[in-house]
Amino acid sequence: MATFFGEVVVAPSRAGVDDEESAEEAHEETPEDREIRRELEKKREIDVLWTLKSGASTEISADEPLVCSKFIVAIGHNAAAFLSSFILDSVCWEVVGVVKLWNEWCRTSNTTNVLPTDSFCLFYRLISDPTVLLCQCSCYVAEDQQFQWLEKVFGCMQKEGLQVTILSTCPVADYKTQESTLTLPSPFLKALKTKEFKEQVCCPLLEQPNIVRDLPAA
Amino acid sequence: MFVPCQRGGGSAGSDFKGFTLLMPAVSVGNVGQLAIDLVISTLDMTKVGYFYTDCLVPMVGNNPYATAEENSMELSINAEVYSLPSKKLVVLQIRSPFIKNKYRPFCQTLLAWVKSSKCARVVVLSSSHAYQRDDEQLLGTPLRYLLTPDLEKAVGGLMQELNWKEMEKVAAYPGINDTEKVLHIPGGGITKLLFTESCSKGIPMAVLLKFCSEGDNIPDAFALVNYLNEWLQLIKSEVSAVSSR
Repeated sequence: MATFFGEVVVAPSRAGVDDEESAEEAHEETPEDREIRRELEKKREIDVLWTLKSGASTEISADEPLVCSKFIVAIGHNAAAFLSSFILDSVCWEVVGVVKLWNEWCRTSNTTNVLPTDSFCLFYRLISDPTVLLCQCSCYVAEDQQFQWLEKVFGCMQKEGLQVTILSTCPVADYKTQESTLTLPSPFLKALKTKEFKEQVCCPLLEQPNIVRDLPAA
Repeated sequence: MFVPCQRGGGSAGSDFKGFTLLMPAVSVGNVGQLAIDLVISTLDMTKVGYFYTDCLVPMVGNNPYATAEENSMELSINAEVYSLPSKKLVVLQIRSPFIKNKYRPFCQTLLAWVKSSKCARVVVLSSSHAYQRDDEQLLGTPLRYLLTPDLEKAVGGLMQELNWKEMEKVAAYPGINDTEKVLHIPGGGITKLLFTESCSKGIPMAVLLKFCSEGDNIPDAFALVNYLNEWLQLIKSEVSAVSSR
């Protein structure tokens, strides 16, 4: 099928891959193609910028990781809106970082002064306990950027003693169950947890064969 | 790439020297992956680790092979490794598609891991578009095999005894020049790449594939696993043609 360079197309087959065409093309990639691909990869790179108290932006290195005890990540508009409505305020929380990225669906910027309808990815810190971090990610992080986002964000954090909570939403239509969906109390909560999480979970666990994908899964 | 599970067994769970690595190709109908699910759940294999890779779409869910409340809460992700030391079998399951342009790096890293873990041989379960068959392929068995030269020497004879059919090559330029033949596995995902790379790297690899179409592919998975079992004899089957391994 004809597509323009860089367009991400969801393959029609469930297998998701029919790489015969691209396997052949890869052998014939010209230097110009390689250059274009490299430029596109650079454009799709993610930058994580941390803001110091003084307001200047800086990059935190892996040598001096952020000390963090709790990291709450809200992914998607609904989860981000939940945090805005019920948790965040300018008295108790301060902005400490931003993720700058571009893909075909959205672009975020350096600015921390955002509207709820913007695409943004901001980090906040609880002023009374600076080890509590919060991330509001309302922008779409593309498949090929998810791993990078993960490595760059978590690469800045000390991982010992860190508890991560991820908030996200999925369409009810995607929920697979043998029970009747007519009586399903929508919306409803489900959880996934690692075996290291020893606390009580506030809702039932996500039943097989349901899965979580994209950035929350990453 | 390979991250072992932290279990009491320690490094014992990640020593695959001399093992057979069984893995799927993400291919038409997901037949290879369904077949691998059958193998893992039937043999009650133990998870020994996973692949930490940026090449596959991330996904996570609860244990798909759960048999009771206790084991249903273990997380499962997109590329996991299971083992059955009694049969010298290690199995890789891949649960999501490749991210664009990442299938080549994945193949390279995978084959490098195969070499470093000193697996004796690799068996890839795959499938190919049924509608691409030629007139001859439409008749007879829809199952095919391929062997790299190293493995051909070891088990080629057995394939003859089992009366298996080798995957036919097709004309590189059909209609123009019928003498030059190439391997073509439409809908097979990374099967061809894995196979050609293994040939050039001297990795003993077998590919077992089934011609099929998208739909309810559970019967195709059973057919493929029974085909595999004719050779590896993982479980006792009622109808066994040859008893040798």
